[in-house]
Amino acid sequence: MSTQSTRLASRIMVAPSVIVLFIWMIVPLAMTLYFSFRIYRLLSPDRTGWVGFANYTWFFKSPEFWLAISNTLALVLGVLIITVVLGTLIALLIDQPVKGQGVLRILVIAPFFVMPPVAAMIWDNLFMHPQNGLLGAVSRAFGAEPILYMEQYPMASIITIVAWEWLPFATLILLTAMQSLSSEQLEAAEMDGASALNRFRYIIFPHLTRAITVVILIETIFLLGIFGEIFTATQGGPGSASTTLPYMIFKQAIVAKDIGRAAAGGIIAVILANIVAFFLMRSIGKNLDA
Amino acid sequence: MGQITLKQVRKSFGDVHVIPGVDLDINDGEFVVFVGPSGCGKSTLLRLIAGLEDTTSGKIHIDGKDATDLPPAKRGLAMVFQSYALYPHMTVRKNIAFPLKMAGMNPAEIDKKVEYAARVLNLANYLDRRPGQLSGGQRQRVAIGRAIVRSPSAFLFDEPLSNLDAALRVGMRQEITELHQNLKTTMIYVTHDQVEAMTMADKIVVLNAGNIEQVGSPLELYRRPRNLFVAGFIGSPKMNLIEGAEAAKLGAKTIGIRPEHIEVGSGPWSGTVALSEHLGSDTFLKVDAGELGIMTVRGSGEVNVHTGDRIQFAPQADKVHRFDANGLRLD
Amino acid sequence: MARAVTPRRKALNTVAAWSVALIIFFPVLWMILTSFKTEPSAVAMPPQLFSADWTLENYSEVWARSDYPRFFWNSVVISVGSTLLGLAIAIPAAWSMAFVPGKRTKDLLMWMLSTKMMPAVAVLIPMYLIFQRTGLFDTKTGLVLALMLMNLPIIVWMLYTYFKEIPGEILEASRMDGASLWKEIVYVLTPMAVPGIASTMLLNVILAWNEAFWTITLTTTKAAPLSAFIASFSSPQGLFYGKLSAASTMAIAPILILGWFSQKQLVRGLTFGAVK
Repeated sequence: MSTQSTRLASRIMVAPSVIVLFIWMIVPLAMTLYFSFRIYRLLSPDRTGWVGFANYTWFFKSPEFWLAISNTLALVLGVLIITVVLGTLIALLIDQPVKGQGVLRILVIAPFFVMPPVAAMIWDNLFMHPQNGLLGAVSRAFGAEPILYMEQYPMASIITIVAWEWLPFATLILLTAMQSLSSEQLEAAEMDGASALNRFRYIIFPHLTRAITVVILIETIFLLGIFGEIFTATQGGPGSASTTLPYMIFKQAIVAKDIGRAAAGGIIAVILANIVAFFLMRSIGKNLDA
Repeated sequence: MGQITLKQVRKSFGDVHVIPGVDLDINDGEFVVFVGPSGCGKSTLLRLIAGLEDTTSGKIHIDGKDATDLPPAKRGLAMVFQSYALYPHMTVRKNIAFPLKMAGMNPAEIDKKVEYAARVLNLANYLDRRPGQLSGGQRQRVAIGRAIVRSPSAFLFDEPLSNLDAALRVGMRQEITELHQNLKTTMIYVTHDQVEAMTMADKIVVLNAGNIEQVGSPLELYRRPRNLFVAGFIGSPKMNLIEGAEAAKLGAKTIGIRPEHIEVGSGPWSGTVALSEHLGSDTFLKVDAGELGIMTVRGSGEVNVHTGDRIQFAPQADKVHRFDANGLRLD
Repeated sequence: MARAVTPRRKALNTVAAWSVALIIFFPVLWMILTSFKTEPSAVAMPPQLFSADWTLENYSEVWARSDYPRFFWNSVVISVGSTLLGLAIAIPAAWSMAFVPGKRTKDLLMWMLSTKMMPAVAVLIPMYLIFQRTGLFDTKTGLVLALMLMNLPIIVWMLYTYFKEIPGEILEASRMDGASLWKEIVYVLTPMAVPGIASTMLLNVILAWNEAFWTITLTTTKAAPLSAFIASFSSPQGLFYGKLSAASTMAIAPILILGWFSQKQLVRGLTFGAVK
């Protein structure tokens, strides 16, 4: 409800954001699209020309591609599940009356301030390193051989690192949502004879749906592009065991120096991301209307 | 000056015609109340006059000049909102000074006007507080103060008392009426409360579904409602409306009789008292009168009738309103 | 939830909550502790929680060997600059979306967010070429622009949710009071939205500070911020745990301290205004 002049003003005011974002999206995307149909290798700069879909078919035929897809999915889903489940449990715990809640919260949100290269460094060297890492020492204390985390369980290790980084975010959002639940509702449920478990299932959990939606939306946006942790910790290895789609594209561009293929991979990634985005936005967009 | 004329003003949101077409003249210095049930378009009409909404078609003239396409700030009107719409981050002084500051007035003059408004509205001790530290009534006064410092050609009030409790509402009602008597500026006041309308207005505009049902002074509307809608809307408790044989006897489709125009004791009508409310000053009876339906009867003072009693009653003959099949008044 | 609990129950809760919090915090703590150990005791087996030979040597060596102040200053300029520029563009946009919503407002918002889903790696080469060609490569201006655009959808969304809580009548009142659109935003909307804007700023400074893809790929030395500083440190330093930990601590300390001091606003910001 407004007048024509305010509607006009509103269009003018929203325009800069839309225009800059559109350019930021479309120019690199158009260039990537162009490169993806060309031969463009930094190691043999003389060979140029159109190659049709050859760069794309190379991707689809590469076994690494399918591994990368499943690794990407494993990373996103793994981190989402861990952070939502653990986040809920931790939020339930902190929501109880405890001593030093303020300091507690400071400790819990700390990982959020740790930049990805540092997070990877801590885990890769200080914890998961077989000789010098703390976890290796723990294994030896129990008389076991140290586990070669990055070699034997590279994806699980990466998921652990990323989940640690994102756990504070999920916890905080869920905690805030829980604190907004009126205690009268819980007391009413208690009067009605609901057990603690049932109170969680029928009162607390439904109340958290919206918060969980936000966690999933925001985390997915960031998780689809996870790069720094893999780059620092495993370099996508051993072999391709921890190569995700972004990392595979990176390898094509920087290691193999094949810009055409990297571009094709980029376009595939963009299409896949948009499919995810579409479904996510559709299901979540509704949930966000308040 | 504050003369406002609406000519065939229409407002649609998409396919919804909120105001199908309104003609209205508001004279300088008048206190006009728009009244009607919620969703009748009264607030929209006020916002059209304010310039916060565009008209779909039609013209709005303010003091003889076409203001249809003027932005709100250029219309010379001031508005008091339902939620007061005070600026929470500014002190009372700054709130009241804001429109003057926007007009580029020099600070010394602003101070003088703010002090004056504060004195008139009993806000002098609160000038350095923020709206959050004030009571509902004080906030309302600040909102009015913000409106009066501009010396607007007309004041617009959008249900300004609906957020106040009952006792405060009566007080503020009187304050606004006194303000009107002192300033003699045109005021347009929107409310759904017909008591406010009756007590404050020089002229009441009854709206229903975007249409003006009747325009007139409070007592005109009370004495001669033009149609069934106005008959039912104005007056408290509501007018009793009777259809069927009893109405046909008087040559009407529907007849109406106000509860206060019924005499208890004897008469042609009879019924059982289903509920009696004894207020001392008045006695309200809900009477199940068989074919006539449930009738409300208002007796002056203490009436010795109780729930379950069977009573006889009669309308005062000259106070019976008659309406035709279209709901229009028959005279 | 203000519910009465027995002291025993509270004690149990406290122990449990603190254990969990310490586990989550422990990696950071361990890094900080390691940064104060000599290299041999940093890798000593069994590991020492507190080593006997405390030292600041790691810090002084890192400080001497690299130009920490420059990296730090670059980080500050890039994260604060991109956030302020983003706010300048996003405040009018969020005003529009919150107070003059149209049928497509929600779609527009979702589209903005979806631009963030595009993997950065996918457009690395074009971005690299564009930055080289326009002279933005390895400049702070370039990174300010890049990070502003990266976080703009988040900034718009957060502001939108905060603005929606402000009653439109107040803005209409200012319009009646004769404020132009510009004055309405400067004198009425922005001051009223200060807490929301502060939260938005904080969160985006942190996101920009921690960004480690564009900051590494689009810089070499001149404009490189702390993320590049730490990335460059980890490769040649290899397994010098003490120095690596010291450098890492120096990289995250500023933002960690800022985050802890502004916890309240940050928590509000972190929830994106979407959870109440």
